[in-house]
Amino acid sequence: METGKPKKTEGVIARREKRLALRLLSPTFLLVMAIVIFPLFANFWISFKPISLADLRAPTIFVKERIKGNLEQIGEKLVIEYRYRNSSMKYPLSNVSFSDILPDGVKLIQIDPSCEIETVSAKTVIKCDLGAVEPKARGRIILDVISEMPLTKEQFNVPEIKPQFEATNILTSLDFSVSNYVKIFSASEFFEVLKTTIYYTFFGTTGALILGLFAAQIMQKAFPGRAIIRGILLFPYVAPVIAVAFSWVVLFDPFSGSVNAMMIELGVAEKPVNFFGQRFAMISLFGFQIKLPVALSMVILFEVWRYFPLSFLFILARMQSIPSDLYEAAEMDGATPFQQFWYLSLPHIVGILAVLFLLRFIWTFNKFDDIFLLTGGNAGTRTLTVNVYEQAFAISNLGAGAAVAVVIFMFLLLFSILFIKFTPKDEA
Amino acid sequence: MAFWRLGITGGFLAGAIWAPLWQLLVCVALIIGSDVQIELQMGPAFITGIIMGAFATLYKPNNAKIYFSVGILLYALLLFLCSFGAPFGSLLTDNYARMIVSLIIISTLSFISISLTVGSLKAGMVTKYFIEAFYSRLMWGLGLVFFILIVLIPFYVMVLTSLKNQQSLLRNPLDLSIDFSVAPEKLFNSYIELFVKYDFLTLLLNSAFVSVVTVFITLLFSIPGAYAVAKLRFPARQWLSSSILLIYLIPAIILVIPLYSVFSQLGLRNSLFGLCIVYPATTIPVALYMLKGYFSGLPSELDDAGLMDGLTRWQIILKISIPLSVPAIASVALYVFMIAWNEFLFAFMFLDDVKIFTLSRGIVSLDSTEVPRQHLMAAAVVATVPVLFIFLWFEKFLVSGLTSGSVKG
Repeated sequence: METGKPKKTEGVIARREKRLALRLLSPTFLLVMAIVIFPLFANFWISFKPISLADLRAPTIFVKERIKGNLEQIGEKLVIEYRYRNSSMKYPLSNVSFSDILPDGVKLIQIDPSCEIETVSAKTVIKCDLGAVEPKARGRIILDVISEMPLTKEQFNVPEIKPQFEATNILTSLDFSVSNYVKIFSASEFFEVLKTTIYYTFFGTTGALILGLFAAQIMQKAFPGRAIIRGILLFPYVAPVIAVAFSWVVLFDPFSGSVNAMMIELGVAEKPVNFFGQRFAMISLFGFQIKLPVALSMVILFEVWRYFPLSFLFILARMQSIPSDLYEAAEMDGATPFQQFWYLSLPHIVGILAVLFLLRFIWTFNKFDDIFLLTGGNAGTRTLTVNVYEQAFAISNLGAGAAVAVVIFMFLLLFSILFIKFTPKDEA
Repeated sequence: MAFWRLGITGGFLAGAIWAPLWQLLVCVALIIGSDVQIELQMGPAFITGIIMGAFATLYKPNNAKIYFSVGILLYALLLFLCSFGAPFGSLLTDNYARMIVSLIIISTLSFISISLTVGSLKAGMVTKYFIEAFYSRLMWGLGLVFFILIVLIPFYVMVLTSLKNQQSLLRNPLDLSIDFSVAPEKLFNSYIELFVKYDFLTLLLNSAFVSVVTVFITLLFSIPGAYAVAKLRFPARQWLSSSILLIYLIPAIILVIPLYSVFSQLGLRNSLFGLCIVYPATTIPVALYMLKGYFSGLPSELDDAGLMDGLTRWQIILKISIPLSVPAIASVALYVFMIAWNEFLFAFMFLDDVKIFTLSRGIVSLDSTEVPRQHLMAAAVVATVPVLFIFLWFEKFLVSGLTSGSVKG
């Protein structure tokens, strides 16, 4: 029986729109899949493999030909020697074979059992099948021939020998182990690294947020030259990290840096402080001895300096959207400037502060370049991200590096879930 | 009777803070211009400041012109007398004209700061409102100076160091002056070395090439994608637009090992082409997110009108959506350019060959004990100037780009 409901099947236009959307999005989708999503899963894969940086160079077999005997003498017995070697220290090669064309005017008298003779287009071709070659293994194959006319070396070596072989690609093979995880978790420094990461992330994020709030509060007031100063305040964020990181290093250099010279001149310090190379310094404050992590504090300060402009920009945008008649009303009611900030501005920006905190927290957690350029992860500043580089490229253990990257990803997943859960709907 | 509720206390405080501060800053600026040792006269400045702070709370004529002229002259006179005729110590005693100009500058800056901070504060008992307003003005002024200084000092050091030579760097690190009297080829020696010896022109061109290609690929991919997400109806639309943001949170450092491995084996690693694949992949999600926001704001009646007139969707994108969103596209393009130009990690990991170094990669290779520091700083200036220039030129676009998309660090 026919009812009045509209049909559930989709119309032509809807179908066409769907197909078009697919076409418009598929290039992006494929690229992001290949460069972002695939590596993400590849990380898991690599982290379960005992693989080092050197393994990326594919193993191959080298074959060299040598001829012994007097080539110019007719009737002379010549020895052709093929030496082969597996270049890999770790991986066997299988189905190794090579072939070589013998020049005209030689007669074979004895050949190696692993070789066969074929005649291909009137040329004598030797085909040798070596089977499996163990790692580092080397060996030789010898042919005895008699020359029937004077020969030259070049006649033997052309064309060059191109061996054929099959190697198991270390990236795609199926041997797995958990040794990387065992290694990174059992290392005593791992929890040290985790602690450093949390300090860096927390203080870096909070510091940048507070400084950004302060800057926004200042820039909210209209004054001549505000636009220019707003531009200048964004410099740290806009300039290349490499340039600003190195200028900090130069500024705080223990030998030629202005800050150290200034501190000695003013009598604050007796000898130069190696700001980016010193792990701890004892500071006496009101009679208490405080052990201050110098290098870590410096990278946190750098992080705060470089990213406060971002918080500043967001907070300022939010503050400027607060209707000005609210402030006028508060003024009429006699609210003091601090009361206006506390009861009027702050409730309006608390949402954006929360979002900024979470996002900046994630991004500071992920930060690699800054610390790497400032300290190289030394002097107690090694965070998880620097540890990825350290394991994979400094110690050349790709697998362990990938395992650390997986740990980072797990944290990231946790943060993202928190982010989605706690983001107010209107602020994202 | 609470001491702090007296307006004149605020006057004292404003003077005690601003006068020494400007004394210090102007003296440092003077020292930068000439090669002499620091000789600060903080005591006289302090006393002058306190007196002038009190003056600003007591004397409030209606005519601003008279007020500032009287104040500035009085300040200069007081500072001159308090320092026994030598407001800059032994500095500038041989050059009276310069001393008077500097004295007027110091007095103007100090008195304007003090009087603006004091504002409407009266000398007698005042309400909490006026006291707080005074403190917020004081913090506003100090904060402004603080932020400008902390932002500019590292950049100044960068430029300064690049214009020095090894001996003068090590001899006196406190010498913050630039000696303009030397021959230009000596002053710009580091820059000449960079371009002649280290072939920085190639590096600049490589960086420019990679950045421009990245911008084009990003726009080519993200404009249609953003249009689809903003305007077309398809099943996974909601899911897709939220997962774009999540992809955006994935850092480069966890992608670098697999990409390094695979690109090595494919032979793509040590090439600019490899970078031109990786960079767009990391920028497309954010570009798509930014453009999606803008496209959603365009009325869909325009698209419907276009459809009615017989345009295809492609034509609608080309003839309606793109022309209407030029500002948004410009800010996306600038933002992506900035990311690609400043990118460090992939350039560092991928490029081995000096001929194809980008600026970031090239500068890192200069960070060794064999290369003098001023060359490193000159290279940093070379990398920074184009991006800051573009930023200041297109600040409006970039700022809107930053706020709409840059949750990224």
